[in-house]
Amino acid sequence: MLTLCILVPLLGALALAAIPSIRESTARTIAIAVTAVPLLLLLVVWAGFAPGAGFQSVAEARWIPSLGIAWRVGVDGMSLSLSLLTGVVFLAAVAWPMADLPRARAYYAWFAFLYAVSLGLFVTLDLILFYVFFDLSLVGMYFLIGRWGHGEAQAAALKFFVYTLAGSLLILIGIIALALSMPEITFDMRAIIAAAPLAAAGLPAALVLLGLFVGFGIKTPLFPVHTWLPPAHVNAPGPVSAILAGVLLKMGTYGLVRLALQMMPQTFVDWALPLGVVAVISILWGAIVALGQDDLKRRIAYTSVNHMGYAVLGIAVAGSAMGTQAARDIALTGAVVEMIAHGLITGALFLIAGAIWQRHQDYDMAAYGGLAGVAPRLTGATTLAAFASLGLPGLAGFVAELHIFLGAFAVYPWLAAIGLLGILITAALFLQLLGRVFFGALPAARTGFADLTRIELGILAGLLGLVVLIGVWPIWLLEMIGTAPVAVAGG
Amino acid sequence: MPIGDLAPEIAVLVGAVLVLLAAMALPQRRHGVCAGLALLVLAIAATLATAQLGAHRLTFSGTFALDGATGVARLLILGATALCIGLFPRWFATDRRHGEFYAMVLFSALGAMAMAGAADLMQLAMGILLSSVTGYVLAAWHRDWAISLEAGMKYFLVGALANALLVIGIVLVMGMTGTTDYAALRTADLTAPLALIGLMLVLVGFLFKLGAVPAHTWVPDVAEGAPAPVAAFLTTVPKIAAALALIRLVALVPAEGSSLRLLVALLAAATMTLGNLAALWQDDVRRLIGWSSVSQAGYALMAVAVIGLSDRALPALIAFIGAYVVANIAALAAIVHLRGRTAITGFAGLIRSQPLAAGTLILAFLSLVGIPPLVGFGGKFVLFLAAMDGGYAWLAVVAVANSVLSLFYYARVIGPVTFGTSDERVEALGAPSKAVMLLALVGVALGSSVLLFVWSALPVTALP
Repeated sequence: MLTLCILVPLLGALALAAIPSIRESTARTIAIAVTAVPLLLLLVVWAGFAPGAGFQSVAEARWIPSLGIAWRVGVDGMSLSLSLLTGVVFLAAVAWPMADLPRARAYYAWFAFLYAVSLGLFVTLDLILFYVFFDLSLVGMYFLIGRWGHGEAQAAALKFFVYTLAGSLLILIGIIALALSMPEITFDMRAIIAAAPLAAAGLPAALVLLGLFVGFGIKTPLFPVHTWLPPAHVNAPGPVSAILAGVLLKMGTYGLVRLALQMMPQTFVDWALPLGVVAVISILWGAIVALGQDDLKRRIAYTSVNHMGYAVLGIAVAGSAMGTQAARDIALTGAVVEMIAHGLITGALFLIAGAIWQRHQDYDMAAYGGLAGVAPRLTGATTLAAFASLGLPGLAGFVAELHIFLGAFAVYPWLAAIGLLGILITAALFLQLLGRVFFGALPAARTGFADLTRIELGILAGLLGLVVLIGVWPIWLLEMIGTAPVAVAGG
Repeated sequence: MPIGDLAPEIAVLVGAVLVLLAAMALPQRRHGVCAGLALLVLAIAATLATAQLGAHRLTFSGTFALDGATGVARLLILGATALCIGLFPRWFATDRRHGEFYAMVLFSALGAMAMAGAADLMQLAMGILLSSVTGYVLAAWHRDWAISLEAGMKYFLVGALANALLVIGIVLVMGMTGTTDYAALRTADLTAPLALIGLMLVLVGFLFKLGAVPAHTWVPDVAEGAPAPVAAFLTTVPKIAAALALIRLVALVPAEGSSLRLLVALLAAATMTLGNLAALWQDDVRRLIGWSSVSQAGYALMAVAVIGLSDRALPALIAFIGAYVVANIAALAAIVHLRGRTAITGFAGLIRSQPLAAGTLILAFLSLVGIPPLVGFGGKFVLFLAAMDGGYAWLAVVAVANSVLSLFYYARVIGPVTFGTSDERVEALGAPSKAVMLLALVGVALGSSVLLFVWSALPVTALP
C-alpha cells in the first residue's frame, strides 16, 4: 500500500516527462490525479491504523542483504501524519492554477517526482532509502526553483542545493556510522532504534549526533545555517515555496526525531540543552528578522525559521531526560503538531504570496495597501492564515505551541520564557503585515487588483479549513500521533 | 608455461597487430573497418577474461596474479576501451592515420591490463611504461594543433619523470630486499630507509598513472588539449589499472607498524581538495572535467588507504572506479557528441537544442557528485562505508566537504545548460558517439542498483 503511494506519482512523473504530446491542461489533470491517489491510499492506511502500536502497514522486500539494505516501508503516528500533510499540501500546490506557465509538462513532472520522494522519505524504514529520498528531494527542488523561479532564481537554487547537500552528506556519514556500529551491518530503522547502537560510544557518538544535528538543522533550518532559505523562497514560484516550507522543511525535524532522538537517545540527553538554546535563538532570530523585512515573501520565509524553532524546542525538550515523562511526551506531540500546523498555514501563506506575485510581480509591501477594499476574499484568507500563524487560540498553531510550551516550562522554564517572546514578536509582525498590505489607502497602481478566483479560494479554504479543524477539535490528530509519539529508550 | 592464463592479453596483442596490418592495407576512407575489428578483438578478450573470472592463483612464475581483482579490472578496461572506441570513428574520419589509431589504443589497453595483474615490480614497470608511451602518442595525436601537442608534451614530461622515479624505486627495493616478487616482498623487511625510499618512488609512478597529487598536472592539460575522445580514454582506462595495481601493492605492507596507509590517506585528502579547488572557476568544460577527474582519483585513494583494515576496501575501490569510469565516459561522450564544445558559455540552453547530450552531461555530473540513485552514489556510498569501517572517518568527512564543493562547479555547467537560453544551432557528431552516450547514460542511471547487486560477488582479497 505504502509502496504504491510512492510508485503512483513516480510513474506519473515518468509519463509526464516521457510523453511529449501531453497538453498543459492534461498535464495538470494527470498531476492532480497522481497526487490524489496516494492521499486516498494514505487515508485507507489511516483507517486501519492503531495509534501507539509501533510501525504499521509494514512491507519489506529483500534487496542487498550483504549490506543490510532492503525496501522497507511502514508508518507510525508521526510519519503517517506527516505523509498525510505531504499529500494535502502537494494536492493544493499542484492544483494551484498557474497562469502562463512555460514548459508546463516538465513543471508537473517535477512536482510529481518531488511528491513521490517526499512521501518515500516519510514512509521508508530503511536508512539508505531515507538518504536517497532526502537527496532526491534536493534535486527536484533545485530544478523547480532554478527553472520556474524569478529574479535571482539560479543563484538561489544553487545556494539551496549546495547548503542542503552539505547537510545530507553529513547525515550519510551519520547513517553509515550507525549501521556500522550494529553487531551485523544493517540499515533497518527498527533494528537500529531498538538497539540504539552508539549508546556507550563516548566522543564518536557525540560527533555523529553533531553531524546529524547540523545536517538536519540545515534543512529545518536552524540559526545560523538558515541563510539559504530566504533567497530560495523569495525567488521560487508560490506553489514551489509552499512545498518547500510545507513539506521539505519537515524532513529536517522528522529526521531529528527519527534518527537523532530515537536512534541515539542516550547521547541526545547530553546535547538536548544546547539544541534547545539553538532552537530558542532561531525562534527569536526568525521573528526579529522577519519583523525587519519589507518584502512580503521574505517576511513569511523568516517566520518559517521562527516556527520550526518551536518544533525543534519541543524535540529538545522531549530528549532532555528531565522533568516528567508526561511533560516530555507533551512537548514531542506538540512538535509534531507544529510541523503539521506550520505545513498547512505556511503552505497557505506562500500560495497567497504567489497569488499576489501573479497579479503584480512585486513583493514589496510598501507597494500595496488597502487591498481589503478590492480583494475581500484574499484579505479574509490572509487574515485567517496570519492569525493561525501567530498562534491565535482556536487555530492549529495555538494547539501546537501550547503543547510545546507546556512541556518546555516543565523542563527548561527559562528557555520557554525567552521563547515566548517570539510569539509576541510574531503577533506584531503579522498584524503589521496585514495593516500595510490590506488596510490604509489603496495605491493608484493597484486599483485593478483582482480578487482570488474560485479555484484559488477553494484550495485555500481546504488548507485553512484543516487549520481551523485542528484548532477547535484537535483530538483526532493527537490520537493519530499518539500520546507517546515515538518510543524513546533510555530517557 | 600456462600460456592460456594470459589469453585475454594475448588476444589484445594479436588484435592490435592485426588492426595495424589492416590499417596499412586499407585505403584511408575504409579505415573505419579497423574500429569494428578493434571492437571484435575486445569482445573476444572479454569473453576469454570472463571465463577466467573464478581463478585465484599466481601464474608465470609468480609475476602475474590471476585473481578476482585482475578479472574485474580486465573487464572494466576492455569495457571502457570499447565504449571509447565508439567515440573515435567520426572524430578521426578525416585523419590520415585513422586506422593506426585503433592499434595504438589497443596497445594502451594492453599496458593497462598488464599493470592491473602485475604481481612483480618488473612486470608492473612494463605495464606502466607500455600504457604511458602509448598514452603520450594518443594525447598528441592532432600533431598540427599546438594545444594537442602541448598536452602530449606535458603528459610526456611529467610521465618521463614519474616513470624514471618508478624505475629507480624498483631498483632500490630490489637492492635492499633482493626480490621484486610480490609474494616474497610480503615477507621481506621493507623498513630499511632505502627500501622505504624505493617504495615511495614506486608510489609516485602510481600516482602519475592515477592522476593524483603530486603527479596530477597532466590531467587537466590532457582533458583540454588531447582529442576529446582520447581524453575520455586517458582519464579512465589507465586509472582503472593504476588503482587496482596500487591497492595490490599497498596490501603487501602490513597495516600495523607502518604509516604507509596514513600517507595514502593524506595524499587522498590533498588530491581531492586540490582537484576540486582548481576546478571551481574553470571556464573550459573539458579542463573542468580534467580537474574533477583529479579529485575523483583522490576519492579512489580512500579505499587504498584502508586496505587490510577493512574487508570492504577492495570491493569498494572496484565499485567506485567502475562508477567513476561510466560517469566520466558519459560526460566526455556528451562533449564528443557536441563536437568537442568546450567553453562554458557555449553550453547555455543546450537542454533544448541537444536534449540527449545535455541530459547525459547533467546526469553524469550529478553522478560524479554522488547523487542517488545514479551510479556515483553507489560508488561513493561503499567508499565511505569502507573508509569508516577501516577507521578513517575523518577522511570520509573530508570527502564529504569535497563533494559539496564539487557540486558548485558542476552546477556552473548544469545551470546554464538547463536554465540558459540560446538561439545557436548546435551540431552533433553522429550515430556512433550517440550510441556510446546512450550506453553510458543507461549505465549512469541504472548503475547503482547493478553495482550494489554484484557487491557481494566482488573480490575481497587480492593476490598474493
